[in-house]
Amino acid sequence: MMTKDAVSLEARGLTRSYHRGNEEIRALDGVTLTIRRGDFVAFMGPSGSGKTTLVNLLGCLDNPTTGELELAGRSIFDGSKRLDEKALTRIRREVFGYIFQNFYLIPTLTVRENVALPLAFYKKPGVEEEVERLLKMLGMEHRMDHLPGQISGGEMQRVAIARALVNRPEILLADEPTGNLDTNRTAEIGEVLQDLNKNSGLTIVMVTHNPGLARLGGRLIEMRDGKAYEN
Amino acid sequence: MITRFQIACKNLLRKKARTLLTLVGIMLSSWVLVSLLGFNRGYEQALNRDIDNMGYQLMVMAKGCPYEAATMMLQGGTGLRYIEQSMVDSIVNKPEVDKATPILMQAFFDPDKGDGGGIAGYFGVEAATFPAMKPFFRFRQGSWFHDERGAEAVMGFEAAELEQREVGDMILVPGKNVQLKVVGILERTGTQDDGTIFVPLKTLQKISATDKITTIGIKVKNDADSAKLENTLYQLPDVQVVSFTQVKQTIMKLIATARVMVLSIAIIALLIAMVGVVNTILMSVMERTHEIGILKTMGAMPGDIFFLVWTETLILCSCGGIAGISLALVFSRLSDILMRRILPYSPGGELVAIDSKLAVMTLAVIVVVGLLSGIYPAWKAGRVRPLESIRSEG
Repeated sequence: MMTKDAVSLEARGLTRSYHRGNEEIRALDGVTLTIRRGDFVAFMGPSGSGKTTLVNLLGCLDNPTTGELELAGRSIFDGSKRLDEKALTRIRREVFGYIFQNFYLIPTLTVRENVALPLAFYKKPGVEEEVERLLKMLGMEHRMDHLPGQISGGEMQRVAIARALVNRPEILLADEPTGNLDTNRTAEIGEVLQDLNKNSGLTIVMVTHNPGLARLGGRLIEMRDGKAYEN
Repeated sequence: MITRFQIACKNLLRKKARTLLTLVGIMLSSWVLVSLLGFNRGYEQALNRDIDNMGYQLMVMAKGCPYEAATMMLQGGTGLRYIEQSMVDSIVNKPEVDKATPILMQAFFDPDKGDGGGIAGYFGVEAATFPAMKPFFRFRQGSWFHDERGAEAVMGFEAAELEQREVGDMILVPGKNVQLKVVGILERTGTQDDGTIFVPLKTLQKISATDKITTIGIKVKNDADSAKLENTLYQLPDVQVVSFTQVKQTIMKLIATARVMVLSIAIIALLIAMVGVVNTILMSVMERTHEIGILKTMGAMPGDIFFLVWTETLILCSCGGIAGISLALVFSRLSDILMRRILPYSPGGELVAIDSKLAVMTLAVIVVVGLLSGIYPAWKAGRVRPLESIRSEG
């Protein structure tokens, strides 16, 4: 168990390049940063600045081209070693919860079933009661048996948050969590995330275009041309 | 909590029309496959039963085409040439022979039978020797003849049903102006005997104005060398010996050709259905690429996704297979009737024999072929990379 202020994620000189024909595109250019347990880090920046690429690397959804990444002191990438899909999946399911702009709820499953979905593939001990507890905590207890098509966008994102938290992750990665929501719903989701960070000590790494939402986090990192600048 | 099986079921219900059409395809091919396999088995069993229920393993008759003769014997035909009845005595004394019985087969055209008339098959037999050949005969009413020269008849089950006869009724031999009294009606045997009218040999000889017979039925002793007896019988002048083992083998060889063709059609139907399964599951996987990516983001391993998609294939094939086999069981009688209309010769009894073993075996074949079909879509789903699926969203 990590204590408060323990290093959760540490990136050193992370780069990520893509090839478009003969042209090399460097989406991430030597990013070094440290995220501690309980941090609420917001990444902001224009489109193509590399913020989503960085979050994908931090969340073990992708391998970097070069650089090093440590997760709670354990080396994940060390410059040359690239993890295979199974190894990345193992890390993802034990450490991370993810929420996305498009929610990605399964339309044929009820709210309750959507939240319980990760448990069908991997279940940490003692999480049996988490589905209902999280839905109650997020104010969705009255919608448990509804299908995603029967609830609003804000409610869908709450369900997605509950799904991301059901296996008690150490870090929540949120990629544009309010990108599809109106101002009121954005504020609601912002409150939920802030509450999770403050009251549950959950580490949150968020990508957003919304300055108001970004200010909720204790740390704001601006991305420009693949580089990270912390204010 | 939701299980992977529930997730697979709900995935299939997402596109109900497509799932239903695929199920119908599997159901129809299962129906065809199990019916044809049931027919193969049923026909062979019925033919074996017909031949075994002849009660004798060898027939001696006047020279001619042995297979034509055997078919006539099975179907109650006519046109056979005659042999001397005295030959029975020389045959029955041979050491390999257990029993021998003389038979006179005659067929008379009955203008009142069916639409436009039909052939009525009459067997002249001896009450002293013939019943021992058919120990499985049971009487619904009455008994065998009381007089070897009497104007009496024992009717097969269907012959009596067709003419609505009871014991004590009189029947008229068509075209001969002779009346016979029904003294016995047999229970159903499931063989051609059901449609036959048995008459005392001497009586039928008198009606047909002959003192000869058409056939001698021979039952070989259990430990005797049947082939040796056949060779001995061939020494008799102007006769041929028909072994029902050979007849059975020849008929089965003829049927085997048709069986291969029909089974090929069934297998093609099954393959077409399985292509439908591949298409349905593959389409479903492609439509759900983002969701599969998200499942992998949540911690689903490639193997988990593979088995989830495979479970969908398993559900489709099992449901379609069970529905098709159930339909085949329900409509087996209809298939039986249709087959009888198509086939030039069909033995008595059940032609389409589907039992639980065949049903389970067919279902297993469908499920195994289905699972093989599901390997590619499941493998493709297992290979979806979460990042690419999320990126492709937009």
